[in-house]
Amino acid sequence: MRLPNWLAQHLAALRALLVFTVLLGLAYPLALVAVGRVPGLAEKADGSLVAADGRTVGSALIGQSFTDPDGNPVPRYFQSRPSAAGDGYDPTATAASNLGPESVVDTISNDPEESTRSLLTQVCARSRAVGELDGVDGRRPYCTVDGVGAVLAVFRADGLSGPVTRVVSVNQVAPATPFLTSYEGVPVELAQPGEDYVAAGGLVTPIRGDAPADPAVPADAVTASGSGLDPHISPAYAELQVNRVARERDADPAEIRRLVGEHTTGRSLGFMGEPGVNVLELNLALDREFPAR
Amino acid sequence: MTATTAGVLFILSLVAALVAVHKPFGDYIYRVVSGSEQSRMERGIYRLVGVNPAAEQSWGVYARSVLAFSAVSILFLYGFMRLQNHLWLSLGLDPVMTHGAWNTAVSFVTNTNWQWYSGESTMGHLVQMAGLAVQNFVSAAVGIAVAVALVRGFARSRTGDLGNFWVDLTRITLRILLPISVLGALVLMAGGVVQNLSAGTEITTLTGGSQTITGGPVASQEVIKELGTNGGGFYNANSSHPFENPTTWTNWLEIFLLLVIPFSLPRVFGRMVGQVRQGYAIAAVMAVLALASITLTNMFELTGNGTVPQAVGAALEGKEVRFDVSNSATFAAATTLTSTGAVNSFHDSYTALGGMMPLVNMMLGEVAPGGVGAGLYGLLILAVITVFVAGLMVGRTPEYVGKKIGSREIKLASLYFLITPALVLIGTAAAFATGNNSTALNVGPHAMSEVLYAFTSASNNNGSAFAGITVSTPWWNTALGLCMLLGRFLPIIFVLALAGSLARQQPTPASEGTLPTHRPLFVGMVVGVTVILVALTFLPALALGPLAEGL
Repeated sequence: MRLPNWLAQHLAALRALLVFTVLLGLAYPLALVAVGRVPGLAEKADGSLVAADGRTVGSALIGQSFTDPDGNPVPRYFQSRPSAAGDGYDPTATAASNLGPESVVDTISNDPEESTRSLLTQVCARSRAVGELDGVDGRRPYCTVDGVGAVLAVFRADGLSGPVTRVVSVNQVAPATPFLTSYEGVPVELAQPGEDYVAAGGLVTPIRGDAPADPAVPADAVTASGSGLDPHISPAYAELQVNRVARERDADPAEIRRLVGEHTTGRSLGFMGEPGVNVLELNLALDREFPAR
Repeated sequence: MTATTAGVLFILSLVAALVAVHKPFGDYIYRVVSGSEQSRMERGIYRLVGVNPAAEQSWGVYARSVLAFSAVSILFLYGFMRLQNHLWLSLGLDPVMTHGAWNTAVSFVTNTNWQWYSGESTMGHLVQMAGLAVQNFVSAAVGIAVAVALVRGFARSRTGDLGNFWVDLTRITLRILLPISVLGALVLMAGGVVQNLSAGTEITTLTGGSQTITGGPVASQEVIKELGTNGGGFYNANSSHPFENPTTWTNWLEIFLLLVIPFSLPRVFGRMVGQVRQGYAIAAVMAVLALASITLTNMFELTGNGTVPQAVGAALEGKEVRFDVSNSATFAAATTLTSTGAVNSFHDSYTALGGMMPLVNMMLGEVAPGGVGAGLYGLLILAVITVFVAGLMVGRTPEYVGKKIGSREIKLASLYFLITPALVLIGTAAAFATGNNSTALNVGPHAMSEVLYAFTSASNNNGSAFAGITVSTPWWNTALGLCMLLGRFLPIIFVLALAGSLARQQPTPASEGTLPTHRPLFVGMVVGVTVILVALTFLPALALGPLAEGL
C-alpha cells in the first residue's frame, strides 16, 4: 500500500525527529556528562563546589549573602553585591531587577505589601547603608540624605508649562524632612501614602543635588547583577571593606589587602572583562588565616 | 589599561578572529552542503528516516518537508512538556501549562527561544536536553538549509531542483553543528560550565543560610545555544549565570560562537554562485551594520545617561562585575544582531538609548549578520530589493548574480519584508488595545519599550527580552507564539518560492547595463536601503518608547 504523499512526509519527519532526539538529545549530552567524570574536569562539571572543614559551603562560581538571619550584614565578612534572585543569591530563582533607567518614583501605600521601591530609591538606600557600615560618605547624585530618590513632582499652572503651583517630594513621607525646602519659590511638601502624583499631572523632576560626582561607595555595591548570583565584587568595593573586616578580625589591614589581591581575577589575556574579587573564596581564606575572635 | 581600551580590544579581537575563520570555515560549510559522499552514520539515518538521499526536491516539496518536520517537532515538544512529570529527570516539576507549552514548543522550533519561564523552576533535565536542546540543533540546521536552498536558486538554472531537505538537515547537523558543539562544550566545561544530572545540592552557607547549587547538562546546551543562534538559557539568568558563562573568556567564546556561522555563510554564497566577491559584498554589508551597532551600543552604555545610571555612576544595574559595561554591551549587540537572544546582562535596565540598540538591531530584520541561515537569506532579499530600487532609479534592468529580478521575484521579496513589521506593529497595538500591556513592570515610555521589545523579539525570532514584562499569561503566550510561528515560516515559504523561481530562469550574462553588485557602491546602497526601510517602518513606534525616554 502506498501512503498519500503528505502522510509519508510527516512520517519521515517523525522518524527524523526521533533519530535526532536519540543522537543529539541523549547520546550527545550523556556522553559529555560521562566525559565530565574525568578527574580534573569533574570538579568543574559538578559546579566548582568548595568546602570548609570538610563541609560543602557553596560554589566558587556562585555568590552568596554574608548576612545574619535578619538580613543584616555580618561585619567580619566581605559583603557581596545586592541581588534580585529570590530573597538574595537564590540559584533556584535567578533574576535581575529589570527596572529601567528612569525608575525613580516609589509606590508608597499604607500597606507595606503594596509598596514598591523604585530602582533609584534602592540605589540610594544601599549607598547610605554601605556608607554607614564602612564609615564613608554614602551620598550620591539624585539621592536624599535619608537614602531615597530625590525626585519632585512639579505641578504647573498649565500642565507642562506656566508657574509652579505645587511641589511634592514623591519618595518622602512623614516624618521625613523634604530634601528641598522650596522649588522655584514654592515650598516642597512630603508625599502622602496612597497618592499618585504622576497620574495627577505632576512632572517627574529628579534633583541632582550637591553630592560628589564620584561617590565613595562604588557602583557595583549599589546595583544588582544580571544573574543575581554574581560571585564577584569590584576591587574598589573590596578596598572599601578592608578596614572594617580587619578591625572585626583584629588583623593588619595590609594582610587583609594581600588576601584580597590573592582572590582578585584580572582580565583574561589582559583585555577581556574587568577584574573581580571572588567574595566567597576571599571570606573562606579570611576564616582560615584570621579566624574571628 | 582603561575599561574603554579593553572594551575596544575585546571587539577588535572578535573581528580579527572572525576575519581569520570565515574563509576556511565558509569553505568547509560549502563542501558540506555541496558534497554528496556519505558517511556510514548518514547512510544509516537516511535508511531510518526512509528517504532517498539522491532524490532532488522542487521548492514546494522542500517547503513541505520543512513544514512537516517543524509541525511534528512542535507537537512532540508540546507533548514532552505536558508529560514531563511522568518522565525521568523531571526533578519533581509539574507539567508545563497548556499555553506555556505551546509558546515554548513554537519558540524552540522557530529558533527564537523566547522564554516566558525560568528554566531552573519549570523544565526538568530531560525536557531541556532531549527536547529543547535537540531543537537548538535542528532549528539551526533548518535555517541554514533554507539559506542554502535559496543560494542554489541563484546558482542553478533551468531546473526545478533545490536539493533535498532531509539530506541538508542531516549533513549540516552531523558535519557542522555537532562536532563544533562537542569541542565547544568541552572548552566551556574547562571554564567551569556545569555538565551533570544533579537535581541540586543543598548546602549551608558560611553565615548559616541555605542555598541550592543547581545542576544540569548545561555545557552541552550552552554551546549549541550560541552556535545555532538560539539563545534559550538553561537557567533564567541565561548567559549572565555563572554556570552558563563563568569567566571573561567564556564570554568572548560565546560571542564568537554566535557570530561565526552567520559571518561565514556569505563565503558559502560566494562559492556556490561561483563569484566569491559577491559573498564579500554581502559580508561587508553585515560587517558595516554590525560594527556601527556594536560601537553605538558601547558608547551609549559607557556614557551612562539617565537618572539611575547617573546616580550609580555607571550603567551597571543588571550587569555582572566580570563583564562590566563594555563586554555586556558588546554581547547585547551581538545577540540581537544575530537572532540569538541570549543575554549576559539585562537589557531592561540599560540606558534608554543603549536599550534601544538591541531593539533596532532586531528591527533591521536580523541581517547583520542575522541568525544562522536566516541572516543570509534575509540579506539576499534586501539585496534583491536594492537592485530593484537601483534599477528604478537609473532605468537599468534589475539583475542579481545573473538572475533577472522580475515581478514575481520582487513580489516575493516584498512579501518577505512586510511580514515581520506587520506582526510587530499589529501585535504591539493589540496588546495596548486589549489592556495586556498592563503586565509591564515599568511605567511610562519604558513600559511601551517593554511591549514593543516583546513583539519585535518574537516576530524576528530573536528571543531576548526587556524582561520586566510578565508574559506568562495565556494572552501573551498565545500572541507571541503566533508571532514566532508566522515570523519564521511565512518568510521561509517566500524564500523557497523565490528560490524555485530563480532556479527555473536561465542565467543572464552580465552586460553594460548590469549594476555591479560586488563594489563598495552596492554595499553602501544595501546598507542604505536596509536602514531607510527600518527607519520608515519603526521610527514612530521607537519615538513613543526609548526615544521619548532617552531624549
